[in-house]
Amino acid sequence: MVKKQLTLLLLLCVSVMVAQDYFPTNTGVKSVNTNYTAFVNAKIYINPTKIVENGTLLIYKSKVVGVGKSVEIPKNTVIFDLKGKSIYPSFIDVYSSFGIAKAEKATGRTPQYNASREGFYWNDHILPDQNAINVFTYDKKAATQLINAGFGVVNTHIADGIVRGTGALVALTDKGGDHNRIIDGKSGQYLSLKKSVKSHQAYPTSIMGTLALLRQMYNDVNWYKTGQSETKDKALEALIANQNLVQIIEAGSDLNDLRVDKVGDEFGIQYVIVGGGDEYKRIDKIKQTNATYILPINFPKAYDVEDTFLTSVLSLADMKAWSQKPYNPKILADNKIEFALSTKGLNTIKEFKTNLHKAIAYGLDKTIALEALTTVPARILGKSNQLGTLNKGMYANFLITSGDIFDEKTILYENWIKGNKVKVSAIDVIDIRGDYTTKIDTEKYDINIFGSIDKPKAKVKTSTGALGSKLRYKNDWLYLTIAIGDSVDKKFIRLSSRISNSTTITGKAILSNGNEVNFVANKTPDSKVTDKTKKSSKKDVFEMSPITFPNVAYGFDKQPTKQTLLFKNATVWTNEVYGILKNTDVLVKDGKIFKIGTNLKLSSATVIDATGKHLTAGIIDEHSHIATSAVNEAGHNSTAEVSIEEAVNPDDVNIYRNLAGGVTSIQILHGSANPIGGQSAIIKLKWGESANDLIYENSPKFIKFALGENVKQSNWGDNQTVRFPQTRMGVEQVFKDYFTRAQSYDKLKSSGVPYRKDQELEVLSEILKGERFISCHSYVQSEINMLMKVAESFNFKINTFTHILEGYKVADKMKAHGVAASTFSDWWAYKFEVNDAIPYNASILHNAGVLTAINSDDAEMSRRLNHEAAKTVKYGGVSEEDAWKFITLNPAKMLHLDDRVGSVKVGKDADLVLWSGHPMSVYSKAEKTIIEGVTYFDLERDKMLRNKIKKERNQLIKQMLQHKNKGLKTQPIIAKKQNYLHCDSE
Amino acid sequence: MKNIIYVILALSIQILSAQQTPGEIQKKPFSIVGATAHIGDGTQISNSIIVIENGKITACGNMDEVKPIGDIIDVKGQHVYPAFIAANTSLGLVEVDAVRASNDNREIGGIIPHVRSLIAYNTESKVVESMRPNGVLVAQISPKRGLISGTSSIVQLDAWNWEDAAIKSDDAIYVNWPNPFSIVWRRGNDPSFKQNKTYEKQIETLTNFVVQAKAYIKGNSSEINIPFEAMKGLFDGSKQWFVNVNSEKGIIDAIAFAKQHEIKNLVIVGGEQSYKVIELLKLNKIPVLLNHTHRLPSSNHDDYDLSYKLPKLLVDAGILVGIQSGAIDNFQTRNLPFYAGTAVSAGLSKDEALKLITSNTAKILGINNRLGMLKSGMDATLFVSKGDALDMRTNSLTNAYINGRKVSLETHQTQLWKRYSEKYKGEY
Repeated sequence: MVKKQLTLLLLLCVSVMVAQDYFPTNTGVKSVNTNYTAFVNAKIYINPTKIVENGTLLIYKSKVVGVGKSVEIPKNTVIFDLKGKSIYPSFIDVYSSFGIAKAEKATGRTPQYNASREGFYWNDHILPDQNAINVFTYDKKAATQLINAGFGVVNTHIADGIVRGTGALVALTDKGGDHNRIIDGKSGQYLSLKKSVKSHQAYPTSIMGTLALLRQMYNDVNWYKTGQSETKDKALEALIANQNLVQIIEAGSDLNDLRVDKVGDEFGIQYVIVGGGDEYKRIDKIKQTNATYILPINFPKAYDVEDTFLTSVLSLADMKAWSQKPYNPKILADNKIEFALSTKGLNTIKEFKTNLHKAIAYGLDKTIALEALTTVPARILGKSNQLGTLNKGMYANFLITSGDIFDEKTILYENWIKGNKVKVSAIDVIDIRGDYTTKIDTEKYDINIFGSIDKPKAKVKTSTGALGSKLRYKNDWLYLTIAIGDSVDKKFIRLSSRISNSTTITGKAILSNGNEVNFVANKTPDSKVTDKTKKSSKKDVFEMSPITFPNVAYGFDKQPTKQTLLFKNATVWTNEVYGILKNTDVLVKDGKIFKIGTNLKLSSATVIDATGKHLTAGIIDEHSHIATSAVNEAGHNSTAEVSIEEAVNPDDVNIYRNLAGGVTSIQILHGSANPIGGQSAIIKLKWGESANDLIYENSPKFIKFALGENVKQSNWGDNQTVRFPQTRMGVEQVFKDYFTRAQSYDKLKSSGVPYRKDQELEVLSEILKGERFISCHSYVQSEINMLMKVAESFNFKINTFTHILEGYKVADKMKAHGVAASTFSDWWAYKFEVNDAIPYNASILHNAGVLTAINSDDAEMSRRLNHEAAKTVKYGGVSEEDAWKFITLNPAKMLHLDDRVGSVKVGKDADLVLWSGHPMSVYSKAEKTIIEGVTYFDLERDKMLRNKIKKERNQLIKQMLQHKNKGLKTQPIIAKKQNYLHCDSE
Repeated sequence: MKNIIYVILALSIQILSAQQTPGEIQKKPFSIVGATAHIGDGTQISNSIIVIENGKITACGNMDEVKPIGDIIDVKGQHVYPAFIAANTSLGLVEVDAVRASNDNREIGGIIPHVRSLIAYNTESKVVESMRPNGVLVAQISPKRGLISGTSSIVQLDAWNWEDAAIKSDDAIYVNWPNPFSIVWRRGNDPSFKQNKTYEKQIETLTNFVVQAKAYIKGNSSEINIPFEAMKGLFDGSKQWFVNVNSEKGIIDAIAFAKQHEIKNLVIVGGEQSYKVIELLKLNKIPVLLNHTHRLPSSNHDDYDLSYKLPKLLVDAGILVGIQSGAIDNFQTRNLPFYAGTAVSAGLSKDEALKLITSNTAKILGINNRLGMLKSGMDATLFVSKGDALDMRTNSLTNAYINGRKVSLETHQTQLWKRYSEKYKGEY
């Protein structure tokens, strides 16, 4: 009976709480409260820059109805006096998955190439039809953590998929249920670069595939809108419905920030970008995106550097990140880039406060910090008229604090959300801290109460020494237990007291024998208050490790610039009709080769004595996979739509190592996972420049094709047997199919009929029109012959066969077709199809009149291409001059760049290498490597950089040790190891 | 009709895949005259005469010191070298890396010193014959997998079968020292290193085995224990202990381990970070067989030329150093001379570089009584090159000999070269 009544009571309470105006009431009378609440005498941050001292905040129901110095307070107002306290708009977490269960992972291991959903888009990772609001469940525990951290409103979404559908903006209130919580059920559309875990669909497997997928999706939306589609697509319809919402995309790193912004620009979308916290690396490029950023503040912990061996392999980049990341918000602020701060990436919400204070200690302006948590998120979400400030008409979402919210010692008392109070810590706690003396029974006790006001601790001693004690102080009641016995015979005195002032503690003591006596403890008038619980993180602020270009080992403090250079008395390998010129001068001016001759003079030039040295054109690698974040898009058998240009990684140390081997230009090819691969990036190795600035201006257009074992997935494991083609027979049909489709596509396009823009077919049609060139990975003669025949049947030519290890068997046919050959010097025996690969390949092809080059396909070999070219002298007796052209002029011709690079000729780009001796001798090394007149590698500077790296590592290790010695948390080392990419790399 | 075609096909395949016939045993003495002799001990003799009798060098000197005997091989202006010796290879054990059926270098079991590489060595391998035109005439064949991988042997690369090939059978036990760091693979990320939590445990496993084997070898065991039997020779110095180890910590531990268990002949194989423990190596007189030089440094902040200069760093400190082939694809073993040559670009002298793949390696492998130098009494296992054999531009062999037998410099590859060159002859 009692239980039943209780339940009823509970039910009653609940129903009162959630009752809506238009809901019927069966539990009692409809009680309407039209009182106001006023907060007076507070310092009010109406917005981050508008602050009122001794102001009044007046709220009615869920809204602010008045704020300022003189606010008229109606009679029916409950008034709180907040003298000495501050009021802030409560924070908004703009990027969260609060209240959304984690997506369930798909099971099974069979490769999947088609979408699993019917009636939706062809790719399972495009999920615009998801609505967070439909799966949202209020998570009270998580809400409490957020409320305690100062958040009033959270913007949540389903963190799964590349397009993730709409999010929901919810108030963190227990009152009134979801009716009251939901501020906006479609707060924006969310995107990311990560696939859905709910599906195994393979495409996309790479960053460039992901970006291409987004592009095609936008094209498909545009086409669907025209009503041309004969079928229904619920995903595209959802995309159309969501297109006017703010588009928030999780990019996650500085390189990805730039990549996604580019896609957005192409379709007239300005994304709000969720960054990686490393935006400082190339802040000028970040600024150029004009995007608003959502920044994580999950700053890395210091590494535990006690194991000297493991520390020696910890990368400088990771160490620098520890030093630099806390400065990220400040650097964005300094560059006037708008951003919001979020809880993204934090292990616990508790870290938010710590890291926020850290960001401030590292120079983030407090006003900007407040904006990043209030007005900026409100603006991002289009809710500036409801959230983010305490102007009249806004939601009554505010914080009551003991003072400056960004001061570590400040106490957050209350977090009011939609006009409802949530208590965080007790307000107006009587400060009982201090020294007291009291006499209980016959013994005199000295009691020192210390620590924080609301959770103080006690130390108790008598004339004979210190005693164990435990203090509890809550809701004005104090309980103190003092241990007076010894370890064998435990005895306690228990005190209780209702506190009514800060100078006297008076109450009852229960002695160890059970007798009760009264006691009075008086505070010593000038007793000291110690507060040891809060440590200021300011002491922990280290100077930022300098940002270099790129921001990794061997980066430059300042990007080197163009010089006027005069090489005197060099042996010059011209690669032109002049052959090898002895005792010759070369003048470099404005990034070009200006003059070649003897006794050249120019007073403004920096003279380099090249006596006994050799000067050559920079090496060009036709087949490289360095400097890219990904190599293969393996999700489809044709991926012509993807481009390595979108994956270029300017921070790869192999750029620097290649420079040290005399390499100045490379073609970064897509891998060989599929017959039709992706588009190339042809770059100059301008170490320190951004990804886009590495790419050739007006770059010739190239695409990778591939044949043989890799495209058949022969060496991918036994369950990879479902993707077409699995045989060389099938490979031919893939090409036939795609080129036939490209032809039809072109026809449709030129007919004037509306058509669905297909990026893949656009690219393939460029091949048919001779605007884009193929470099095809190839091994055995049958397939080489086949591809030439396919091309001929579609009236175009294959530009280059790369690898082409059995090219020598069909050299005559290749010559007739007019295709170039870019091969390895001596690789073979690594897989079945290279059984007949011979190191004489290059010489036979060359002798047969095929334009021939030597390439690397390998980060190590590429820095020794001069050695590899020399092997063709050994194997087959190619002349030294011709062998040298295999890695300079010939690849330049293949890449259609020989009007700019590849030889030492007046007017060409000054891409030059100064060698210590014969450029193809195993005994020589590159002393200077110059691109467009800028010295990117210099042996002398390399020595300096080595010293600098050593010093910097030492400094950072010292700081981390200091950090650990202070008792602060560290993380175990997980040192990065470079993953070297080849054709076969995923 | 069909049958006839099959016969023809079978025949033609036979012809195509037939390997080079091993050279005939030397019957008459002959002399190699006029070349610059690179002795392999750091010196050279120009206009040299090398006399070869019964498979041995019986004289080597200049025109004044030595008189030629028998047939004169006039190689004036050319260079003569002792055979290059490739240690720690998979030659004859692996034919095509990606074809599992052709791989015989990785046995299972973890601790298997009794597993012997020699009996699996395929003398007909197309990869093996491709070594000879570059001057690599002798190789150590080593098993690769597990904690103790098995026992290696040293062979010459022109033989009818493995018995013919053997120069030194069961010369060393190969060990893979555990890595103090384990590699973490996370999809979409570069792999990374962290503390290997099983490092100590693996060393304990190794310790237990070695301690038990040592007790067994002392005698009185009632039953034969095959793995323990294979450890014989390790404690009296007749067998060597080759430890693949690259990390600084691992090298220190491996040296302490050998000392503690009184293992006589420790050789550090790999030795990527050996330059960090030079004093220790010197003190204990531990030789090092370094990884080949055409490697990227393992950390981004390492000097770009770290692998080029590593040999010099150790040679300068007086450590016995060679270069071995464990860290490369099998077929690349033929580039051994160029790995040595690359060390010269980092400041090592050419003569010292030559020692890395001749006399030093011979000493480390314990075959320096027969191989590694052009000296009277040594095996006549040597070759003549038109130019400097450490530089790929000029490495061009005209003659090669193994125990005085003239060795074919033709290969599957040269045959294809000639066949197709012939096909296009006159066309262009």
